[in-house]
Order: sequence, then C-alpha cells, then structure tokens
Amino acid sequence: MNTTTQKGMFGKEYAWRGIAVLCGLFVIALTLVIGAFLIYKGSDTFLKFGHTLWEFLGSAKWHPVDSAEGGGAAGALIFITGSLVTCGLALLIATPFALGSAIFMTEISARFGEKFYRPVVEIFAGIPSVVYGWVGLTVLVPFIRNVFDRQVGHSILAAGIVLAVMIFPTITSVSADAILAVPDACRKAAYGLGSTRWQTIRHIVIPAAAPGIISGIILGLARAFGEALAVSMVIGQTTALPKSIFSTTKTLTTEIASQMGNAMEGGELKSALWSMALLLFLVSLLFITLIHYFTNKGKAKAEGGKA
Amino acid sequence: MKKKIIAMTLSAVMAIGLFTGCGQTGESEAPAETQAAESGAQNETQAAQDEKELSGTITAAGSSALKPLADDAANAFAELYPDVAITIDAGGSGEGLKQVADGTVDIGNSDVEAAEKLDEAQAAELVDHQVCVITMAPIVNPDVAEAGVTDLSKEELIGIFTGEITNWSEVGGPDESIVLITRPTSSGTRATFQKYALDGNEEASNASMETDDSGVLLQNVRDTKGAIGYVALSYLVDDPGVATVAIDGVEPTLENTYNGTYPVWTFEHMYTKGEPNEVVGAFLEYIMSDEYGAQMETLGYGVSSKMTTTEH
Repeated sequence: MNTTTQKGMFGKEYAWRGIAVLCGLFVIALTLVIGAFLIYKGSDTFLKFGHTLWEFLGSAKWHPVDSAEGGGAAGALIFITGSLVTCGLALLIATPFALGSAIFMTEISARFGEKFYRPVVEIFAGIPSVVYGWVGLTVLVPFIRNVFDRQVGHSILAAGIVLAVMIFPTITSVSADAILAVPDACRKAAYGLGSTRWQTIRHIVIPAAAPGIISGIILGLARAFGEALAVSMVIGQTTALPKSIFSTTKTLTTEIASQMGNAMEGGELKSALWSMALLLFLVSLLFITLIHYFTNKGKAKAEGGKA
Repeated sequence: MKKKIIAMTLSAVMAIGLFTGCGQTGESEAPAETQAAESGAQNETQAAQDEKELSGTITAAGSSALKPLADDAANAFAELYPDVAITIDAGGSGEGLKQVADGTVDIGNSDVEAAEKLDEAQAAELVDHQVCVITMAPIVNPDVAEAGVTDLSKEELIGIFTGEITNWSEVGGPDESIVLITRPTSSGTRATFQKYALDGNEEASNASMETDDSGVLLQNVRDTKGAIGYVALSYLVDDPGVATVAIDGVEPTLENTYNGTYPVWTFEHMYTKGEPNEVVGAFLEYIMSDEYGAQMETLGYGVSSKMTTTEH
C-alpha cells in the first residue's frame, strides 16, 4: 500500500512538473517566434525594397508605394518623433501627479490610501483605452479648441493628456509598492535623528525606492508607447513633423493601425509598416531590459543596506 | 481528490473544445460546405416537388465602405433562406482580396479592382461581381456652406486638397482657414476621390487630418469649423449635419451618377475565387436583383444596372 501511494505521489510530481515546463517553454517559444516573424516581415523594407536603416529612422519623407514594385520613400521619422513627443509629454504630466499620490497613499495617509485611494487608482487602470479616447474626443478636444481659441482641437497636447491619464495609475501603484517596500527601520532611524516627515520622505524613502519608481515610470512609458486607439482619436493624424504642442501628427502605432487593413500584402507600404512594428517590438524590449536593470539595482541596494 | 481530477479533466476538455471551435471557423470550410451539400441533397430527396431550399454558410471580408450594404443584404437574404448563415467582416479592401484569393472567405469585398492589390496570377483566378455603385461627395462644415460655398469648380477642389488654397475667402467663402479632413493613403475612398475628383493630383498629406473611417471623418467635419472632407453617399442618407458641395455645378446625387454627369463614383466589387457555389451565387444574384435594388438606393448605394455609362 505504501508503495502505491508513493508511486502516485511521484507520478504526480513528474506529470505536473512536465506540464509546468511545457507551459513555460511554450511562452518562451511564442515570444521568440513573434520576434522572428517581425524580423522576417520587417526586413523586407531594407532587403527587398533597398531602403537604408538611416533613411527609415532619420528621414521624414513618407510615401511608400502600395504595390510590390516599390520605389517610394519610407522615412518613419514623423511617426518616431510623434511617438516620442506624445509619450514624453504624457510622462511630464503624469509623473508628478503619480509620485505625489503614491507618497500620499503610503506615507501621509496610509489607511485612507490603502482602503480607498488605491482601489480607485486600480479602477482607473482597468478602463479600456477606447473609453479614454472617446471621452478625450468629446470633452478634451472641444475644450482645447475653445480655451486656446483654435480651429482644430486635435493635437499632441490632447494626446499627451489622454495618455497621461492612462499611465498615471500604472506609475502610481508601482511607485506605491516600491515605497511600501522600504524597510520601516530606515524611517525610524531618520525620525530618531530628528528628521521631519518631509525630510524623511525626501532624503530617505524616495532615494531608497528610486529603482522601483523608475521601473513604474518605464512601465507607464511602455504602455503609452504602445497605445494606438485612444491616441488616434485625438491626435488628428497628419503626416507631418509637429511644429508646436498644438500640431497634429501621427505616431508609430496610429499609422500601423490605420493603414494595415488596406495595404497590399508584400507591398512596400505593408513592409514599411512591419518594420515599424519591429521597431515597436525592439523599443518594448529595451524598456523591459531597463526595468530589469533597475529592479536588480534596487535588490542590490536593499541587500547592501542590510549588510 | 477524485472530484478534483474530474473537474480538471472537464476543464481541460472545455479548453480543447474552445481551441477546436476557433480552428474550424478559420480553416476547415470544406467540411462545412460538404455538410451543406449533403443536407441539400437530403432535402431534395425528401421534398422533391417543393422549391429547393438553400442551406450553407457564406463568409465575406473586406471593404468597410461596402460592409453596411452587405450586412443589410445578408439580413434580408437570411429572412428568405433561414438555413443560410452569412458572416461579413470588414478589414479593408486589401485584406478582403487577399483572403478570397487564399480561399479563407467565399467573398472578398473591394473598392478597387483585384489587379491593383494582388499579383496577376492571383487576380486572374478571381471572378468579379459589380454589385453596386458608390458615389463619393465632398462635404463641408455647415458654416462654410451657409457663407455661400455650395459649388466648387474642379480646379478649386484640386487647389484646396493639394494645399494651394488655404483660406475659404479665396473661393468665395468666409475668412477662415481650410481644414482638410481625409482618409489614409491606402483607403479605397481616398483612391476614388483622388482619381476622379482631383484628376489624380496627390492630396497634401502634410496638411490634412486623416481619419480611420468615414464615420469619424463625418463627425470631425461636423465638429470643425472650416472643415472639408469626403464620404460615400451612403453616410449621408440620415441628416448628417454637414453640407455637400456640387462639383462644377453638378450635385452629388445618385441620379447624376446614373446619367453620367457626376464623375466621382466607382463600382463596388464582390470577388469570388472561380465561379461561386450555389449558395454564394444565390446571394450575389439576390444583391443584384431589382427587388433588392430599391432597398439599395434608400441606403445610398447605386444600382449597377442603372448606369448609363460604365466608363468615367
């Protein structure tokens, strides 16, 4: 009897281990396959249609031909600039608010923060992007048009604000977790040396939580960079480099979303769009690497602190 | 413990069921068709004297301009033949043509001819059905029309869309900047408008706001002072809150399209790979029939057979 239970025990051990390994390998394989597929599709722009990498990244001339013959221009600078500018603006708006509310809900009013504020922020994070876009289109765009007395309210400013609202909860909750993870001993030591609460937060808690906060900001940036739907509704897609915060322009994601359905398979336009998708993939890879770098740094710091 | 195992097996079975369910719609149309053929044969033997009942599935994908019509026709057709299941997806003309050439769908809806988006060998396999005529009209914000711009010459229209004319006062309107609201370069609507309204002149992409679909375009023209854009007549049947503009004195209407005076129109195509099977053929025949033609016109689409000219 003893042996049969043992047999069953070990059988389960191996079966479940096998299933877990299989799932893990599948996810790894999927990521690699997607990457390989994007490289395969995106390389056509350079290999088949003979555009240089420098042209793709550095030229604002964008009129790829929608046919397999090619011969157009495939400079994606407009979209790259558009993505960078809108995301930068979104970060500029969202980060102070997010940091402030993260400090508020952990250090200043912890019980209210944990019971009420955090759930509210999490609800924010769960709202689908189409809702943000639509609200932006019906509220924000007319608002900008009236307040700044412009004919068109669609603008980088509108896109930046919508994105800021979207990434604010991500940055807030990751930062709050990082701040909570700072050992209480640090705070007590600071108070013991006669620091005020602000001095403790400013000189002890924030520096100790910095790697986690930076991870949160990068995570928010990654979300902003990948957002297509909400942005496309308020940015007023124009194929031109932005001149001011009120300019209309395009981002990498909005251009892919609006052109992919009609573009011809194997044509120059479609290849250029795939190259842009590859660029997005690489950028998100970069972001994730950065997050890992900062998380490891945070761990090293924490361990160093203990020793 | 046993209960747990049972629950797990059941959930596994359900998960597998989900996967296979997904697989069938995409890949295996052949079994569905043979099933349809079989049940058709059974029906025939059962009720040899009765009218032949159609049953089976029709899948279509492609042009978003044609989709409202295809949806309406599918509903009407389904009332006549309840055993026929019709699925229609949008996704763009290019996608529709690609999928019908691959055999993924039965019908590929397209604003443009297959040869423009596919290579020659693929295009040659497809059979064209010109199911309707679609007319594109320039539209402006009501404030522009109220100030007197209801008619533009072709030169003025070209000037506006190429970015040479930038203020409405240059064409007899208010002193207000012109806001161009257009469609992406790969859009079939844009291609048609550019070809026949702008005589092939390239639109000023760096000065126009592009919108992903005609519904959004309409909303933006309605909400933006001094805006001009273009949509198919099918978007203008209910009070749209925008004003249409005549080209060289000719109003964009179905009548003017039929008699050949209004130039901005194109045939909408439903492509099949080879000759259509019985069910698909019946559906196409129904769309092009006179009885459905009347309904088609109330939706803002033109009937192909009423065209007095087939060339521009």
